[in-house]
Amino acid sequence: MDTQEHLRISKVGKIFKTSSGQYEALRDVDLSIDKGEFVSIIGHSGCGKSTLLNLVAGLEPISYGAISLDGQIIKGPGPDRAVVFQNHSLLPWLTVYENVRLAVDKVFAGTRTDGQRHDWVMANLELVNMEHAAHKRPAEISGGMKQRVGIARALSMEPKVLLMDEPFGALDALTRGHLQDSVMEIHARLGNTVIMITHDVDEAALLSDRIIMMSNGPAAGIGQISTVNVPRPRHRVELVEDPDYLSARAAVLRFLHEHRSEVAA
Amino acid sequence: MTDAALRLVSDAPTAEDELKAGSAEPAGGQAPPPEFGEVPKGWPDSGPAWLRDFLAMAVPAIVLPAVTFLLVLVAWSMVQASLVPELPTVQETWAKAVEVFSDPFYVYGPNDMGVAWQVMYSLARVLSGFALAVLVGLPVGFLIGTSRVFETAWMPLIQILRPVSPLAWLPIGLLLFKSVDPSAVFVIFITSIWPIILNTAVGVRAVPSDYTNVARVLNFNRSEMVRKIYIPATMPYILTGMQLSLGTAWMVIVAAEMLTGGIGIGFYIWDEWNNLSVPSIIVAIGIIGIVGIALEALMKLVQRRFDYGNA
Repeated sequence: MDTQEHLRISKVGKIFKTSSGQYEALRDVDLSIDKGEFVSIIGHSGCGKSTLLNLVAGLEPISYGAISLDGQIIKGPGPDRAVVFQNHSLLPWLTVYENVRLAVDKVFAGTRTDGQRHDWVMANLELVNMEHAAHKRPAEISGGMKQRVGIARALSMEPKVLLMDEPFGALDALTRGHLQDSVMEIHARLGNTVIMITHDVDEAALLSDRIIMMSNGPAAGIGQISTVNVPRPRHRVELVEDPDYLSARAAVLRFLHEHRSEVAA
Repeated sequence: MTDAALRLVSDAPTAEDELKAGSAEPAGGQAPPPEFGEVPKGWPDSGPAWLRDFLAMAVPAIVLPAVTFLLVLVAWSMVQASLVPELPTVQETWAKAVEVFSDPFYVYGPNDMGVAWQVMYSLARVLSGFALAVLVGLPVGFLIGTSRVFETAWMPLIQILRPVSPLAWLPIGLLLFKSVDPSAVFVIFITSIWPIILNTAVGVRAVPSDYTNVARVLNFNRSEMVRKIYIPATMPYILTGMQLSLGTAWMVIVAAEMLTGGIGIGFYIWDEWNNLSVPSIIVAIGIIGIVGIALEALMKLVQRRFDYGNA
């Protein structure tokens, strides 16, 4: 693995100012992620995992500490850290093609011709198997398809880091399985760095190189990190008996169980 | 309205006749009467089912309103005959409608033109006042929707002015423009602007942060943000504001023209009242209603174009 620090989150904290005073969401989060690594962040609701992702994306300002990507300090959002949003966030007045084209036109405005940009949009739609619906509006396709387009839009920006905020949370189990396989395939092909938020233990263990378990808020931080030493490509059926997979999965389950009582739902 | 009523009344028996003819014809042929649910011989496969479906939908849609129109005509005739003999009869009004519609485009001088011209002058005033209100209202609505400072500064004034009848502004218009035509347009401008400002502001505030986050990740500048995110996302709200405005503007223009005189459907009513030609007034009421429906249908058509569905 690359020894240079790719994504560095150093001693980061986030304090929100609310009407009833200050709320400390994150405290002293410290983490390094290698190039091409697939990292999952898991934790109970309200543990600040989305906040952490938003800090990396640059959508929220950092209260203290710093995040750097390839040595550059992150000061705001940018296409080098593309986000796949929880609820796909496709613009409903644009077609599937236009949604991806919007991103491609902005990111490659000066560097690629009109024809090249068109081809690149189609290539990304093909990557997620959505080229057949290029001229449909988001309202005309299913939830899983929308999420595929959201992934295509994010990948089309050629991001250094792909940030996914519970990308499959709203989908049924079957569709989720398909999309997980697609994401593994794409990750194997493109070798992107991926940070994915999830609350699905199996999903985290199946997809990740490392699973970051977050303690409960307020002042949440990294509770434990588990490495999944399972070679790729991984197949969900074979994994059922893989001891490394099972131990990683068990570690996450145990962690979540131990931290359960703190959030009386 | 009498014209429409009579047309609908005369339509209804035709539709029923078709239904009778449809069910009677196959039974009259040589073939034995068809079993229940069986397609009679001689019909194209989908023929009777299609026709029956159509009639099942069309007959109530035509017959029920026709009955209502008929009841109103009967009530009108009874009131006219027993209580208010000054009211014109249905027949008189119908004759007037025929007369008015037989030559709607005549021009006998600047103060005596056909009813189509009257409507067009009114529409022109409504559309110019409305267009001005859109031009001013959209930017103001965007500013109020995006800026807390602007909202705090302007909302109290807008809240005070909004419930005022636009006609109250007519004297101010006359004072400002020294002429009746721009004053009427000014009144329509005032009528239209409040719903447009308020709906635009609400629409801008309702833009989901997901959309703006997508734009922020792409590093959109302010102009791209407005053009590619805010305007399309706000469009359904803007159009609702425009539909409200246009509907009210069409109501207000009639009253405004009664005061300003000249040419226009509002003054036409006032003029016919001075001529004591009440049938013309009833015909004009019908025309105003139909034009109002047409304007609304037009706006609905535009709105459907910007209905993105639930994505």
